[in-house]
Amino acid sequence: MNSKSRYLAYPYSIWMLVFILFPLFLIFLYSITLRNPNDIKTITFTFENFGKFFDPIYVNVLIRSISIAALSTGICLIVGYPVAYLLTRAKDKHKGLMILLFILPMWMNMLLRTYAWMTILGNTGLINSFLNLLNLPNVNLLYNNKAVILGMVYNFLPFMVFPIYTALNKMDRSLIEAADDLGADGFTIFKRVIFPLSLPGVISGIVMVFMPAVSTFVIPRLLGGGKNVLIGNLIEKLFLVTRDWNFGAALSMIILIIIFISIKILNILKIDKESGVSI
Amino acid sequence: MKNKISKLYLALVFLFLYAPIVVLVVYSFNDSKSRGNWGGFTFKWYLELFRDRDIKTALYYTVTIAILAAVISTIVGTVSAIGIYNMKTSRMNFLLNVNYLPIINPDIVTGIGLMILFLSANIKLGFSTMLLAHITFDIPYVVLSVLPKLKQLDNNITEAALDLGATPFYTLKKIIIPQIKPGIITGFLIAFTLSIDDFVISFFTTGSGVTNLSIEIYSMARRGISPTINALSSLMLVVVLGLLLIINKRTTIPNKE
Amino acid sequence: MKKYLIIITVLVAIVLSGCSGSEEQALDIFNYGQYIDEDLLVEFEEEYGVKINYEEYPTPEDMYTKVKAGGTDYDLIITGEYMIERMISENMLDKINFDNIPNYQYIDKNFKNQPYDPTDEYSVPYFWGTLGIVYNTEVVKGTPDSWDLLWDENYSGQILMMDSQRDSFAAALKKLGYSLNTTNETELEEAKNLLINQKPLVMAYIVDEALDMMIADEAAISLIWSGEAVAAMGENEKLNYYVPKEGSNIWIDAACIPKDAENKELAEKFINFITSKENTLRNIDYVWYSTVHTEAAKEVEEFLYDNPAFNPSQEDIDKAEMFRDLGDNLKLYDDAWTEVIAQ
Repeated sequence: MNSKSRYLAYPYSIWMLVFILFPLFLIFLYSITLRNPNDIKTITFTFENFGKFFDPIYVNVLIRSISIAALSTGICLIVGYPVAYLLTRAKDKHKGLMILLFILPMWMNMLLRTYAWMTILGNTGLINSFLNLLNLPNVNLLYNNKAVILGMVYNFLPFMVFPIYTALNKMDRSLIEAADDLGADGFTIFKRVIFPLSLPGVISGIVMVFMPAVSTFVIPRLLGGGKNVLIGNLIEKLFLVTRDWNFGAALSMIILIIIFISIKILNILKIDKESGVSI
Repeated sequence: MKNKISKLYLALVFLFLYAPIVVLVVYSFNDSKSRGNWGGFTFKWYLELFRDRDIKTALYYTVTIAILAAVISTIVGTVSAIGIYNMKTSRMNFLLNVNYLPIINPDIVTGIGLMILFLSANIKLGFSTMLLAHITFDIPYVVLSVLPKLKQLDNNITEAALDLGATPFYTLKKIIIPQIKPGIITGFLIAFTLSIDDFVISFFTTGSGVTNLSIEIYSMARRGISPTINALSSLMLVVVLGLLLIINKRTTIPNKE
Repeated sequence: MKKYLIIITVLVAIVLSGCSGSEEQALDIFNYGQYIDEDLLVEFEEEYGVKINYEEYPTPEDMYTKVKAGGTDYDLIITGEYMIERMISENMLDKINFDNIPNYQYIDKNFKNQPYDPTDEYSVPYFWGTLGIVYNTEVVKGTPDSWDLLWDENYSGQILMMDSQRDSFAAALKKLGYSLNTTNETELEEAKNLLINQKPLVMAYIVDEALDMMIADEAAISLIWSGEAVAAMGENEKLNYYVPKEGSNIWIDAACIPKDAENKELAEKFINFITSKENTLRNIDYVWYSTVHTEAAKEVEEFLYDNPAFNPSQEDIDKAEMFRDLGDNLKLYDDAWTEVIAQ
């Protein structure tokens, strides 16, 4: 469009300044200062809070959180992409309905849904009761990493499917037909035409899943049985129970920095501006 | 054959999505307060639901805030996404990075950050602060939903329209928005979904008796979540499904011509 | 275009109706979830012609974070004793005018003059209980009576501990014979190692799920609060509860009034209202937690009265210790607990 339309973003820029950057700045301040035990307005600047992170315990928790989040995101992508594709192939009159049916479960409270999974996966739960009926032994489906990943995939799948769906929907069919006419087989069409065109949606989906997955705390707490502490649990505890806002803020800053660095790396790897999304 | 596999796959995914929902609904008829026990079939939780004042208040605020936040953030997000898309790369990257922050940040950090913001400005916590907070964490998702669609836009059409004398507003309304509509709709749906189910950020930015279902439910957890909540969720499910089917019927009938 | 105008008008109307302040006097109460019979709220509103804004919170830590930050104006808060102790020391509470609470005389003196509010000027006890162990009598042999059961390898994988540093450490410290408020680093180190060694035996570190899990026979043994135990035993007859002989924790939830509350007198009247014998009995009927009310205690239903979780022995009460707010020393527990769970 014309250059003037960039002004459309100015109101939101101001919003971001007030509601996103300013609170973040406050958190940043917490991360580089020491706690005032007596609420006196003395501010001592320090990097001590960041130093605390380098204890192996915290590093391990962060690594574990990122791996589990990455794994969950990967599974969401693999499972979700076909779903998105199939949804675009549905008849128009069904599309809207199916999209809504897809997101409807997410309107039920997350805590309730997670509890329901515990009822399904538990030792005396539905699956194991069914296995017992068939005289099969119990399977340990809960209070481990697998359950946490299941929970994450369950909760975040729609956030992966939707952006991919919108990218694939109303895609220029003529491009696919052209490739077909030129003799490309299905796989090549997918690899060279469909997937690259859907890439912006894929990347949106990855962002919408991976980011919250790294910092979620309800799912690991309930489905992981508190034994697989993730960074989200630690940060929540730091802010609420330990009341060490300074260290909690520092941990949040560290996550932010790590994620932004990964984004920068992804940006460098991105080929051209047309198909990629500048993250 | 391919068709059958596709249908089976979709069916499996939907089964996966709805399994816990079915469990939820079934337990809304459980004559025991605990989900560890099946005490028999009963409607009593549904009856109890209508007497419970807390839940009614919470439901009112939940739906109101979710709809308002979703609508406002969709409008602002779409407009801003268009603006951001038309910026120079460096500016655009910077704005996008800031836009990502609420998505990356743990809820507790966003929640406490906003709480401090409101309190430093001496704003009393209540409906408006909760709404502002919801809008803040909804908009980034709308932007993320709309942006890919913008990238797919065929600039030629837009330029052609402008060349032919269309005003920017007309172009926006008739050319751009229809093409990015799927992004707008999914953005709206995601924003609505996030707002309906938010606990942490809502808890720290509300007050004055304003509460929402998530806060109620999380607060119930300590003593065991009452099946009245299951009953409520089941009712909500039925209502929404019912609406969906009605809307779907009404929009498909014209197609039969 | 008209469609949009209609939608916008409707939305604005909804917002305005939601934001409008009420002219009536409003009492703002902040309480745990499901911790009061709501009919009592309705009756109080009718009797005094006021509106009650009732908000709930999941944990005292959530409540504290919000109230400490300011910008909330609760008139009445019901919370745990260690949190009240902290709020008193940080000058967050108002002294209560007991002239407005004649029913205070019925509060059992066992719950007065406690370390968290030694002069009894800031709080009125509400419900109390103990920390103990619930177990499935069909799985666990004999009659256990010690903390050792939580470390019993015969039940490996069937034991539940709490995802709460104070409570899980309380179990370990008491098992070792130390105070559950200790700040002695050697003692804490010993307790920490005990908990780390216990980890392979633990099925899960739960927060609120003990109730449902024990009812479902999902686990055989759990660290649990007496209130939850009463509810669990009510639904699963195979369960039994005991306070370990080495001594345990006793807790009190109490009502307090934050500083600069707008409706202090009304809050005090409310406290008086719910501490009448009839209303206490109704509350007990809803909450099923042990009562602090001397008169009401005499009239509770038999199945509650006979329940060791509801009605522990005087001996157990005497041996029990209350959590003290550890202030900055809480850090010792945090670090130790992080080591336990993050491995």
